[in-house]
Amino acid sequence: MAVLDVAVVKKDFPILDQQVHGRRLVFLDSAASAQKPQVVLDAMRHYYETTHANVHRGVYGLAEEATALYEGAREKVGRFIGARSSREVLFSKNATESINLVAHAWGRANLRAGDAVLLSEIEHHANLVPWLILKDALGLELRYLPLGDDGQLDLTHLDELLAGVKLVGVTALSNVLGTIPPVRRIADAAHAAGAVVVVDGSQYVPHVATDVEALGADFLAFTGHKMVGPTGIGVLWGREELLDAMPPFLGGGDMIRDVRLDGFVVNDLPWKFEAGTPPIAEAVGLGAAVDYLEGLGLEAVREHEIALTGYALRTLDARLGDDITIYGPSDPASRGGVLSFSYKDIHPHDISQVLDSQGVCVRAGHHCAKPLMRRLGVGATARASFYLYNDETDVDALADALSAASDLFG
Amino acid sequence: MPGLEDLYREIILDHYRSPRNRGELPAPPARRVEGYNPLCGDEIVLYVDVDVEGEGEAGEARVADIKIGGQGCSISQSSASMMSAAVKGKTVEEARTLIRAFKAMMSIHEHRLDGEDGDGPDADGGATAPANGAKVPLGDLEALQGVVRFPVRIKCATLSWNTLQQGLDEAAPGS
Repeated sequence: MAVLDVAVVKKDFPILDQQVHGRRLVFLDSAASAQKPQVVLDAMRHYYETTHANVHRGVYGLAEEATALYEGAREKVGRFIGARSSREVLFSKNATESINLVAHAWGRANLRAGDAVLLSEIEHHANLVPWLILKDALGLELRYLPLGDDGQLDLTHLDELLAGVKLVGVTALSNVLGTIPPVRRIADAAHAAGAVVVVDGSQYVPHVATDVEALGADFLAFTGHKMVGPTGIGVLWGREELLDAMPPFLGGGDMIRDVRLDGFVVNDLPWKFEAGTPPIAEAVGLGAAVDYLEGLGLEAVREHEIALTGYALRTLDARLGDDITIYGPSDPASRGGVLSFSYKDIHPHDISQVLDSQGVCVRAGHHCAKPLMRRLGVGATARASFYLYNDETDVDALADALSAASDLFG
Repeated sequence: MPGLEDLYREIILDHYRSPRNRGELPAPPARRVEGYNPLCGDEIVLYVDVDVEGEGEAGEARVADIKIGGQGCSISQSSASMMSAAVKGKTVEEARTLIRAFKAMMSIHEHRLDGEDGDGPDADGGATAPANGAKVPLGDLEALQGVVRFPVRIKCATLSWNTLQQGLDEAAPGS
């Protein structure tokens, strides 16, 4: 297996070659949004400079080329996640829209008052609020898989919780704790109970080699900008038979085969769920991002992140000891490179502010997971997250900057 | 680019480490108001006891006592602490004037589009002009002036003031 050469990778990302407050930029917020390699920027620029036209419409050469690039990006993304067919790969605005698509189109067609939906306590708001909206609209019962004290989901009562459940929604990797729930086990149990499984892959697909068949999901939502692609494009993968049976989500151009004044006929998959002009340049950029990640190898990316997370856990413990509390599983191999932490009694806002003055970018806040914050008994945390361009010097810079915060507030 | 020392002045850190008027008041008679900053999860629970002295239209409403609870960052906590010290014992009208003056100090740079990086509105002696043009001395609160150079932190500094405004509106409507 290839080993990630981070020194080379760093050079692919022009934004990292800069100083902030007179110091080297140390970007530790890739769980919020990843930086972009030159090849992605070039692909989008080249597309606009040479090939741009609307897709699926013109018969002129330029429009055909743009369509080929757009559909080519779909095929790349489909292969990247092991989809059987590009008909199962829908482009959306982001992972949030992808999950809303499932809630709106599948949910409203298949869920009735009193039906149960099983989620987990560690979900991002994107996999909570669409179901809370449906709960209010349809009268659903929402249940939650609890978080165990070891930072893993507690599946002790999984089978009981699944009784009568029509849909299960779970993250494949927590954006707060780094927890990697056993999606396959949950999906198998859910299927045995007759439920459909929606997986939020926003933090998983960019970091872990993904095969939708092995994952066992029925729907997988993820987003381009967290996987070194552009903002403005997300993906929903869904099983073809489910997508086929679903009513459309947004209505408009491109998603129809025929429109009369008294009705319409929907288009084939995947265009049935892509109303209006899609994010074409963003799809081209996402395709380039997939090429880039495949060139490095997702296995190598994951190995690198496990090693770096282990280094971070050891370094922060050795240098800060009991002053730092890191949430989530303690074994680097069973978690993602997302470290949410509390440090002394210093508020995450103040930590982030002092770290910024040292050139270190970390997130501070509730990370769009307020129920999880309540479960952890904190109002907010600071969060450092790693990706393929981070190395041990970045972790050292984090530890140094935390010492500076301690000097000011400790 | 502003430095950390512009934000974390010593008096701010002092109020953060030793917050004044921390606690609760029996409500009623006090008003209990919650303020929330949904972006960062900071929350404040403010108790304000308003007494009215005198009768009828001549009656004067006064902030007899104020207590602050909740949790948040150094800026939100120190701002709340300084605010409580500044308005306790003041008339409601004086407190409202202070709220206006503080908000004016917090937002004054937001409206400066001329690119000039001045030292703030109080270069002539530590007072801020509210809408009516009169000078309102802000005292220790002037230390929070550096916050305007860190725009994301302005909402931290104003959380308690917005909450107090709501509390006064409820406790002394029309005053």
